[in-house]
Amino acid sequence: MSLTAHLAIAPVVIPALAAPIALLVMRRKRRLGIAISLLSCAAMLVAALVLLNASADGTIRTYELGNWPAPFGIVLVVDRLSAIMLTLAATVSLIALGHAVITQADRKGWHFHPLFQFQMLGLNGAFLTGDLFNLFVFFEVLLIASYGLMLHGQGPARLKAGVQYVVVNIVGSSLFLIALGLLYALTGTLNMADMGLRVAEIGPDDQGLLRVAALLLVSVFALKAAVVPLHLWLPRTYAVTTPAVAALFAIMTKVGVYSIIRVVPQIFGDDAGAAAWAPAPYLLPAAMLTAIVGFAGVFVARDLSEQAAYAVIGSTGTLLIAVAGWQTDTLTAAIYYLVHSTLAGAALFLVADVVARRRASFADSASAGPVFGQRELAGLLFMAAAIAATGLPPLSGFIGKLLILESVVDVPGWGDAWGWAWGAILATTLIGVIGFARTGSAIFWKSVQPADGALSTTDSKALSKVVSKADMAAPTITIALLAAWSIGAGPATAYATAAASQILDTASAVRAVLGEP
Amino acid sequence: MTLEFLVASAIGILVAGGIYLALRGRTFQVVLGLTLFSYAVNLFLFAAGRLTLDRPPIWSKTVTEYADPLPQALVLTAIVITFGMTAFIVVLALRSFLETGSDQVDGDDAPCTLDEQAKADATPEPHT
Repeated sequence: MSLTAHLAIAPVVIPALAAPIALLVMRRKRRLGIAISLLSCAAMLVAALVLLNASADGTIRTYELGNWPAPFGIVLVVDRLSAIMLTLAATVSLIALGHAVITQADRKGWHFHPLFQFQMLGLNGAFLTGDLFNLFVFFEVLLIASYGLMLHGQGPARLKAGVQYVVVNIVGSSLFLIALGLLYALTGTLNMADMGLRVAEIGPDDQGLLRVAALLLVSVFALKAAVVPLHLWLPRTYAVTTPAVAALFAIMTKVGVYSIIRVVPQIFGDDAGAAAWAPAPYLLPAAMLTAIVGFAGVFVARDLSEQAAYAVIGSTGTLLIAVAGWQTDTLTAAIYYLVHSTLAGAALFLVADVVARRRASFADSASAGPVFGQRELAGLLFMAAAIAATGLPPLSGFIGKLLILESVVDVPGWGDAWGWAWGAILATTLIGVIGFARTGSAIFWKSVQPADGALSTTDSKALSKVVSKADMAAPTITIALLAAWSIGAGPATAYATAAASQILDTASAVRAVLGEP
Repeated sequence: MTLEFLVASAIGILVAGGIYLALRGRTFQVVLGLTLFSYAVNLFLFAAGRLTLDRPPIWSKTVTEYADPLPQALVLTAIVITFGMTAFIVVLALRSFLETGSDQVDGDDAPCTLDEQAKADATPEPHT
């Protein structure tokens, strides 16, 4: 095997090596540990970009771990969609890590950088794997790292939310295992491509079980994606997490969406008997509810990080409305919007941090406080992030929503449901705009100058301190990327279309993974 | 009483107990519930390879009927992962209790020792 053939496993190997090295050098040479962590993220980005470029020609690369042939060994699959997700994950990680280093959020505990790398290991693995049990294992890797990252910095609020987050995810993992057990018992394989072939041969007696397995599996992914009614864990968890980490977590909910996009056409496609597209009828109503609940949360949120958390839920809902169509053009819109909404969510959390760092004990709460330093710049950043999150022009959310609206009109089998989808998307956009305008005007326009002595000395000291503008770099870069995603919408949607048709052409994946029949 | 019935009812009882405990309000019971639930899942995964008796492992090419080794490998992985997760949540629940003074999963300030619980039960609710 040439070196380029081994590139497929690089996004898994790089963080796996960087994490223990960072752990070892962290105590003695903190700067070296940070450098290793940053270098690892940059290397992941380079590897992902090379894979993205290589996948553009439509070949599906597979990597057989330990050289065990496909349905028996674990196989990694790189197609266009996984290359897009790898690039997105590496980009977001670099931004989040950069922000954590600049704001010194990584200094609140010893193990930030190793945990961050393990998180990336889990994310990249989940995007690459072509084996269902391996997907479970990578989910666990990313979850256990996320528990550590979520609790980073500690404090009662984090611990309280942490217990709930861990309990919910342990239950989710158990359900994942039950679904896997059912699918293995029915098909005798765990390889996704192979399973897609074998579900067609299941006898009529077992069709009910197959349907249960399909719905259970998709429910677990919906839990990870925080789809209503399985969303309750997300706002509390994300709102109390260190903002740099929350920015990275913006991509974690997308892992659930990615898994739905990957698994449903491949395994529960047309040939799956009773399980054929089984989750599809439930996905659209759930997605619309998610969008509504998410943006209603944006409307009533008490502080910026809570608002960002609800915006993540709302964007997942909008995204799943498109996914629920299962056509090439709806999936194209979904993939384009997926990239956008991840970056927009990250930008919101980063801006919330920029604001909170300047307002002392007022933090990022959506109430009027004393004037703080660089309020205009911070306000500008917040406006840009809010424009992105709600989907107003000129940033890419507008194009994404436009694509979704356009694509859902002629989905076969939906009948008049597209009207509901339009209503949900447009109404939630309006609610979102009002919600962001409310918090924005309270924080950036109104100011309450407290009477002398009413402000605590630490507060007045913190408010008058000149804060460096360096912490605005990460949100600015994120918003610049969103602008670039908007300008490059032509090539981006072309790539997304190709990725969507590759996902729906399951036979090509089978040929690539199992070899020519 | 077949083997299948025994295993299936064991899984069912474990799941029922696990879900009941996992829905309780206090962290220790929730942790116990999750543990019971994961036992049930492990048994279920093991049963996914069919319950067979007296089958040899894969070691000879002449044997056609052998015990499926894959579910055992899956169960082993699942046990290791759940073990780690359980250890983690026990420590986390303890830290959370020490830091917030409450062992309720939803973080409410509820009585946390048996004495206080008894006291709270004895005092009538104040009328408003």
